[in-house]
Amino acid sequence: MSRTRTPVVADWFAGEGKSFRLLGTRCSACTCVFFPREDRFCRNPGCEGGALVEVALSRRGRVWSYTDGRYRPPAPYASDPELPWEPYTLIAVELEAERMVVLGQGAPGVSVRDLEVGMEVEVVPGVLDEDGETTWTTWHWRPVGVSA
Amino acid sequence: MSGEVAVLGAGMHPWGKWGRGFVEYGVVAAREALADAGVDWRDVGSIVGADTVRGGYPGFVAGATFARALGWQGARVASVYAACASGAQAIAAARAQILAGLADVVLVVGADAAPKGFFRPAGGDRPDDPDWLRFRVLGATNPAYFGLYARRRMAVHGDTLEDFAQVKVKNAAAGALNTNARYRKAVTAEEVAASAVVADPLRLLDICATSDGAAALVLSSMEFARRHGAADPVRIRAVSTVTPTYPTTVLDLPDIATDSASAVAPADGTFRASIARAAYEEAGIGPEDVSLAEVYDLSTALELQWYEDLGLCAEGEGAKLLHDGATSAGGRVPVNTSGGLASFGEAVPAQAIAQVCEITWQLRGAAGARQVAGARVGVTANQGLFGHGSSVVAVR
Repeated sequence: MSRTRTPVVADWFAGEGKSFRLLGTRCSACTCVFFPREDRFCRNPGCEGGALVEVALSRRGRVWSYTDGRYRPPAPYASDPELPWEPYTLIAVELEAERMVVLGQGAPGVSVRDLEVGMEVEVVPGVLDEDGETTWTTWHWRPVGVSA
Repeated sequence: MSGEVAVLGAGMHPWGKWGRGFVEYGVVAAREALADAGVDWRDVGSIVGADTVRGGYPGFVAGATFARALGWQGARVASVYAACASGAQAIAAARAQILAGLADVVLVVGADAAPKGFFRPAGGDRPDDPDWLRFRVLGATNPAYFGLYARRRMAVHGDTLEDFAQVKVKNAAAGALNTNARYRKAVTAEEVAASAVVADPLRLLDICATSDGAAALVLSSMEFARRHGAADPVRIRAVSTVTPTYPTTVLDLPDIATDSASAVAPADGTFRASIARAAYEEAGIGPEDVSLAEVYDLSTALELQWYEDLGLCAEGEGAKLLHDGATSAGGRVPVNTSGGLASFGEAVPAQAIAQVCEITWQLRGAAGARQVAGARVGVTANQGLFGHGSSVVAVR
């Protein structure tokens, strides 16, 4: 039985391979960028509010900080309590053009030993978890020059 | 100063894992604070509760719950939720009522029976809730954020794991002297290093636990205090409840991303620094006037950050201040003389109130073996999830 591939959150990312991008929004009045996307109100207090237009974020950025999770996180994080816990890596990435930091899990196989603050990373499509019918997709950060 | 209110009484229920309900803890702390103040519960004009989730009830109820448990007596009531800042915001609400002339005496109570392990969001699918999203999409627990701050400090300021461990050593030594603390045992740097990694680079002993506990204060107008025979009470001179300024550029709980600074230049300083700045400005003092501080040491690394955000030292010099002994017992400005969250653990609605209890006892000269000699000014600092600033300045 094949599972349906579904983004864990709708409209936060799109594309395949090299064209994979995180999707935010930009206020057409003040040009402020938002991720996760802000579709209702521009949050710039000095802006009376313009239309919020979808925008793809930079594909690459630099590591602001990183950590991992050595213990199983609680729900709603999905994990099988029957299986041994596999630590995941979390990477906070500074995007130069947007001047913002975006958190994401590291690509499978990337551990904290592979990371340094300031290192260049790129966003790649990934799988968060699977259940009976669905493969839940997400974004991962991966050091540039490392293939999956 | 005209904006001051008196702290007539302070009380706590000892912190730990007691397996009982939050109401029981809160009532113990409230009765202790009332007895300390010498005020009859029936003479209290208002009660403010710092909220927790009431078991089985889909809401946050505290003020009336404590009032009912103490015996309905018709007092004005309010309940306040601001995550970790709930206690400070309850104090702010009480103070505002007193300064507005709505009540002469206000009882402030915070209590909780915390779950074991990681804090987690409320149940159900709630994809419009950032707290739910960070768990569902990233598995990002609170310690994960503490780990990010710690690693960032190591990269930017050159902090080391040994620096972080020394914060735990210091706070455990203070907590060992505090009968209200949950952990009352000295800890060595070796024990910190030998404890399991929770969120790289932080170990179990770098991160505070979750606890049951309660704290309460009796606040009054200065005029009531004088009539009541308290000629020179501890006074609350400032309560900072500020929000951040857009764009915030430090990744913070529970957000998945910062604001973008591409279109609007960020203000000088961080949100955490602005919390302290607002408190100092309202109190008319500066960091050089501070005798002691109680800060949220959710992690050891975060305590070093607070030194800088409170202006006790320059940016990046938190570890140096610690190693110089300035923030230890007997130092220039002892921090977390209570033992801090390292020794108490988190009982969320109670902890900002507990900080003010400790400052009160210190300013009275009643802190026993933990006493800071000649303490005149105390400051507390914490930050509540979703943009709640929290800092209290008390003086004697």
